[in-house]
Amino acid sequence: MNGPQDLGGQMGFGPVAPEEDEPYFHAEWEKRALGVTLCAGAMGAWNIDESRHARESLHPADYYSSSYYQIWIKALETLLKRHGFVSERDLEAGEAIDKASTPKRVLKAENVPAVLAKGGPCNRPMAEPARFKAGDAVRTKNFNRTGHTRLPRYARGRQGKIEAVREGFVFPDSNAHGQGENPQWVYTVVFDGTEIWGEGADPTLVISIDAWESYLEPA
Amino acid sequence: MSHDHDHDNELDPFAARVRALETILTRKGLIDPAAIDIIVDTYETKIGPRNGARVVAKAWSDPAYADWLKRDATAAIESLSYTGRQGEHMQAVFNTEETHNLVVCTLCSCYPWSVLGLPPVWYKAPPYRSRAVIDPRGVLEEFGLTLAATTKIRVWDSTAELRYLVVPMRPAGTEGWSEEQLAELVSRDAMIGTALAREPA
Repeated sequence: MNGPQDLGGQMGFGPVAPEEDEPYFHAEWEKRALGVTLCAGAMGAWNIDESRHARESLHPADYYSSSYYQIWIKALETLLKRHGFVSERDLEAGEAIDKASTPKRVLKAENVPAVLAKGGPCNRPMAEPARFKAGDAVRTKNFNRTGHTRLPRYARGRQGKIEAVREGFVFPDSNAHGQGENPQWVYTVVFDGTEIWGEGADPTLVISIDAWESYLEPA
Repeated sequence: MSHDHDHDNELDPFAARVRALETILTRKGLIDPAAIDIIVDTYETKIGPRNGARVVAKAWSDPAYADWLKRDATAAIESLSYTGRQGEHMQAVFNTEETHNLVVCTLCSCYPWSVLGLPPVWYKAPPYRSRAVIDPRGVLEEFGLTLAATTKIRVWDSTAELRYLVVPMRPAGTEGWSEEQLAELVSRDAMIGTALAREPA
């Protein structure tokens, strides 16, 4: 969706603020926010695409005025409500009042190292050969989906070149909405900076995105 | 303030909100708070940029490893036992005299956790995500890195599940250095592309 998360090329956010010797966490609650989010995700009720969509679905004013872990927690509350693990009453009271759905699993402390080490690979075997090959000229489609997509606005309707054919990957645009993994080939597509930004663009700039096959058409 | 502190009224509103959520989920048997402790400890003490620095140092020292890293970064990195969440599909990109690589995720904060640990706040915040693709040279200046005008910039926007590791150029004057010594020259920022490798002292 054309949500607040789609930041590439937006202006007005000011300078980057690198922090000398930045700590991993800036408050104790951020540690718990990370852990709660990963543990709740491990219940298996939703996937990474659905959680990304929950974050980008925050109201833009809320998104931009929230720190990143605040965004995580706000989206997590949405996911937990959607899947019946907490209710509005629970959250308002700050207590466990209503009965929860049954999770597929609960991440126990002793299993954490193995689960983190395994991660969540999302490459999938593909029955069909890739439509494009390295060197092919392609154009990204111009669409404005209301649901989740991983094609940034700045890279829509632009001509580029296939640099590499990657693998079959779960398709986030459907997976975020419970419509299945529908894996597609993913390609690294390169664009000249001038194709994206036009007049005044850095002439040396090359930008690449990783694009699912259905985002592309022959140019 | 630790999470097992008893006085909610001393917590700021957002800390209280997270605390309440953890309490609700724990009481419902949906999460194990001890698992959270281990997750936090893992990212504070076990998984961080030192992993990535060792990958880079090995690539500098061993041409066969560098070649493997170029062809199949996931397997080459896995051979050093750096695997896992947000590092399932890795791609290493090598800086050259001609081209400087810079990594961003304009859509969220995709980052190679398994080799760099958790991302810094600036990587996740709007100023970097918005400008890295449109004004990378200006962004690099804000990190104190001025590239020659002739140096090409290649920006990798992590829009899928591939996670990028920038391999900076090996500094001159490090001939014969051990991998351990070399790794000391590789900062987290150099592996994102917002810095170069440190020069030998």
